[in-house]
Amino acid sequence: MSKPKVAFYWCASCGGCEETVVDLAEDILGVVEKVDIVLWPVAMDFKYKDVEAMADQSIFATLLNGAIRSTEQEAMARLLRRKSRYLIAYGSCACTGGIPSLANQFAREQILKFNYEEAPSVVNETKTRPQLVFEEAGRHPHLPELHHVVRSLDQVVDVDYYIPGCPPTPKITQAAVAALLDGRLPPKGAVLAPDIALCEECPRRDSKPADLSFTEFKRPHQKLLDPAKCFLTQGVVCLGPATRQGCGAQCISGNMPCTGCFGGTDRVKDQGAKILSSLCANLGPKEEAGINQVLAGIPDPVGTFYRYGLAKSLLRRKADLPMNNGK
Amino acid sequence: MENASPPPAGNGSWTPRIVAFFCNWCTYTAADLAGVSRMKYAANTLTIRLMCSGRVDPQFILEAFARGADGVLIGGCHPNDCHYAEGNYKMLRRFQLLKRMLQDLGIAEARLRLEWISAAEGEKVKSVINDMVKKITALGPLDLPGKFADGDRELTAPAPAESEVTHV
Amino acid sequence: MNDAAQQVFNEGQARANAAYAAAKRNITIDPITRLEGHGKIDIYLDPKGDVERAYFQVPELRGFEVFSLGRPAEDMPQITSRICGVCPTAHHMASTKALDALYQTEPTPAGRKIRELVYNTFMLEDHALHVFILGGPDFIVGPEAPPAERNILGVIGKVGLEAGKKVIATRRRLRELIAYFGGKVVHPVLGLPGGVSKALQPEDLPKFQALARDGLEFAEWTLQVFKQLVLANPDYVKMITSDAYTHKTCYLGTVDEQNRVNFYDGQLRVVDCNGKEVCKFAAAQYRDFIAEHVEPWSYMKFTYLKQRGWQGFVEGPATSIYSVAPLARLNAADGMATPKAQAAYAEFFQTLGGKPVHHTLANHWARVVEMIYAAERMGQLINDPEITSPEVRRIPTTVPAEGIGVVEAPRGTLFHHYQTDNRGLITMANLIVATGNNAARIAMSVEKAAKGLIKGGHVTEGLLNKVEMAFRAYDPCLGCATHALPGHTPLKVSIFNHHRQLLHQLVQE
Repeated sequence: MSKPKVAFYWCASCGGCEETVVDLAEDILGVVEKVDIVLWPVAMDFKYKDVEAMADQSIFATLLNGAIRSTEQEAMARLLRRKSRYLIAYGSCACTGGIPSLANQFAREQILKFNYEEAPSVVNETKTRPQLVFEEAGRHPHLPELHHVVRSLDQVVDVDYYIPGCPPTPKITQAAVAALLDGRLPPKGAVLAPDIALCEECPRRDSKPADLSFTEFKRPHQKLLDPAKCFLTQGVVCLGPATRQGCGAQCISGNMPCTGCFGGTDRVKDQGAKILSSLCANLGPKEEAGINQVLAGIPDPVGTFYRYGLAKSLLRRKADLPMNNGK
Repeated sequence: MENASPPPAGNGSWTPRIVAFFCNWCTYTAADLAGVSRMKYAANTLTIRLMCSGRVDPQFILEAFARGADGVLIGGCHPNDCHYAEGNYKMLRRFQLLKRMLQDLGIAEARLRLEWISAAEGEKVKSVINDMVKKITALGPLDLPGKFADGDRELTAPAPAESEVTHV
Repeated sequence: MNDAAQQVFNEGQARANAAYAAAKRNITIDPITRLEGHGKIDIYLDPKGDVERAYFQVPELRGFEVFSLGRPAEDMPQITSRICGVCPTAHHMASTKALDALYQTEPTPAGRKIRELVYNTFMLEDHALHVFILGGPDFIVGPEAPPAERNILGVIGKVGLEAGKKVIATRRRLRELIAYFGGKVVHPVLGLPGGVSKALQPEDLPKFQALARDGLEFAEWTLQVFKQLVLANPDYVKMITSDAYTHKTCYLGTVDEQNRVNFYDGQLRVVDCNGKEVCKFAAAQYRDFIAEHVEPWSYMKFTYLKQRGWQGFVEGPATSIYSVAPLARLNAADGMATPKAQAAYAEFFQTLGGKPVHHTLANHWARVVEMIYAAERMGQLINDPEITSPEVRRIPTTVPAEGIGVVEAPRGTLFHHYQTDNRGLITMANLIVATGNNAARIAMSVEKAAKGLIKGGHVTEGLLNKVEMAFRAYDPCLGCATHALPGHTPLKVSIFNHHRQLLHQLVQE
């Protein structure tokens, strides 16, 4: 019986997910023994045409990381969906849009304009912009088009499983791949990480009080952070209560609060709304002025609550952005 | 302004759809009162009864907008009158931040509204709803489903249906 | 181009390609529509079949500077690290230094030492990644080796399994040090204005001291391997010094007060192609010296020396094109700050015929010299008595307005520039990344390699790898360059004849 075929691929990604697979280190050699890696751009040379030539569904599992933000990435996602029995969204960008999906708060034109005209180091009197097709002496190099909207993988194709994290840890990656290879498959659409909030595995759990009553929020640079106490008791925003565990509370061990990269648990539709709900419900003041004074410690709710998941949030995008070229 | 007549209906043009979350003990009772008193007011709300305004999960509000609501109204008991003591304060705290966050996401302030309406204030139900409908009519439709569909036109094939998609 | 037109174009291109292949070639062509994550090269031939023009294109942009607007500045070290998962620590550190400047708050001495310790550890492990896993395999295994062997497994084949495991294990231990302070190694969290988030507990000191010793031994062993496998091979040396891979541009690097290479901090120094200093400036003055130029055929911008003006993709003593990264750093400095690295530095220039060295492929060797410096610096810092001090942070008290932070990323100089309102929310962010600093020279290298290798319309299979070697020597982090793509970059090369018909397309994952 031949070894199952496995593929790793990336779209609008920083490469951190690929680094994580490399970080399996010696363990990767164990994985390599059990599977036939047919595509893995960062570490091995393969020809794309070989994938195209494969029969549909002949790749057992593809782990695809990165958000979808151009027509070419979309095409690749569709191709791998066809060729794979199981398509797995790997990492926060593929699962929920990731940090790149913060661009959904801005128009594409604003991004282009700043980058090519307004940035303080740019010198561009002719207001040259990259062209989708550029003609020069009969030559015609062309560039792919960026979408207006940044999307998670499942907003483009059907996804079988999700492995969350920015990046996912080697441990949950290995556990997920092992489960797949052993045929211990959960129901379709499952997130392959424990379905319980981070607080449960946090080393500071014992100092988390039963009752919280925020009288102020301190941003992390505004106070010295006690390495032993729950961040919430220190008045520092931590997304642990609204975030799935599985990462081993790494950021906490670096003495910084959780920023939510594993996304919400199964019972949550919109992670940002849940953490907003939880933090606000636990404020001290009861009248508007006092409440707003405390909330001034959260100056950017979108960036704080949806840092990794704006694309997949209920609202997905800033509602008054243009869909054309913003003119 | 409080007693303005409801906007004209029936000619096929758009009129706001407002989802109203009313707490059982106060605002919902007031709405009942308005009904029993045969008060006439704008017929633009879809009312959802909850036991307390503190039960309003911000997810409900966002989902209402995502599914096509042009406005969301929450009605609860006056401060100090909450049947469960603190529920309405929780709503007030969430509302302050939600309002700001919605503006950062391009949703005008007038579309989300929180009112304290006690059981006897049927008249207030009428005036608040009329006023909200007027303001949102002036803003125009929000139509997030339409905007999502519009956005998905840049894809080469239809996006997968929401219901098949797990929430992560 | 809208989607329908794009599809028609792709179909037409595929048909033309197939027809031409059927008529003229027996080399398999692979014209499948690709996706982002690629450097793209379009080569146009003149009627004689020689190269008329080659365009090195970067096909994507994510827009970090714009979607950072409105964010709390203290979130920027973690947000900008997502520009690149291969060098997140570089962005994290440049961003953290920008916060220091923003809040006019210098780190505490222990905080600074921990930052430098983490940073040099990162430089060592990242350079090792490149040498053994990314670009280096070309040399260690050989550029003519089959693709399936040009990777870490092929390297293990050459240096032996034990040695190969040592590479993997040493990198792992180095990354564990970064994770100790930063929580995670990919996207660490330690950076705050005025210091770092976590102190070094005294009981953890011995294992890191041992790591520093082993790290230095590893770096020196790497130099031995490099000398044995690369420098002792006359074909490689010929390739390294060949004209196809040589450019006379200016060079930029960060130096300390004695003009020695420093990764974490210092002044920025530019030398011209004759080694003469052109300018030396503090990070805060970058706008007076560095400017960015836009071409319509790439999303990536091209930096150049502002005072000389954009002159196009030219080299020579008057050029405004400069490059960064290990070779440039060594060229721009007068020496290394630690003894073994200094010896390696002297050997490097003596062997290659003096300063400056213009051979792009010498970047690989320069990288190994830098590994030795990083390891020695790690040793100095871990044995500094202040390294276990609990005073790792001070709280800023000023109102923020503007801050600029610069570090030497593995692939070159990295600039982060922020402006904020008085609450510390970003009102402007400008990033010039390492590979952006190299963009013009990469474009020139690609064109030169193409012109040197394609003659009379004759295209060989070896072309792709040779062109790729020109470009891979920069260890380009196109993730950074367009704030879009990372690390090793797949490549698509398209070749058009003088009728502008697609002749040939070579695709490399």
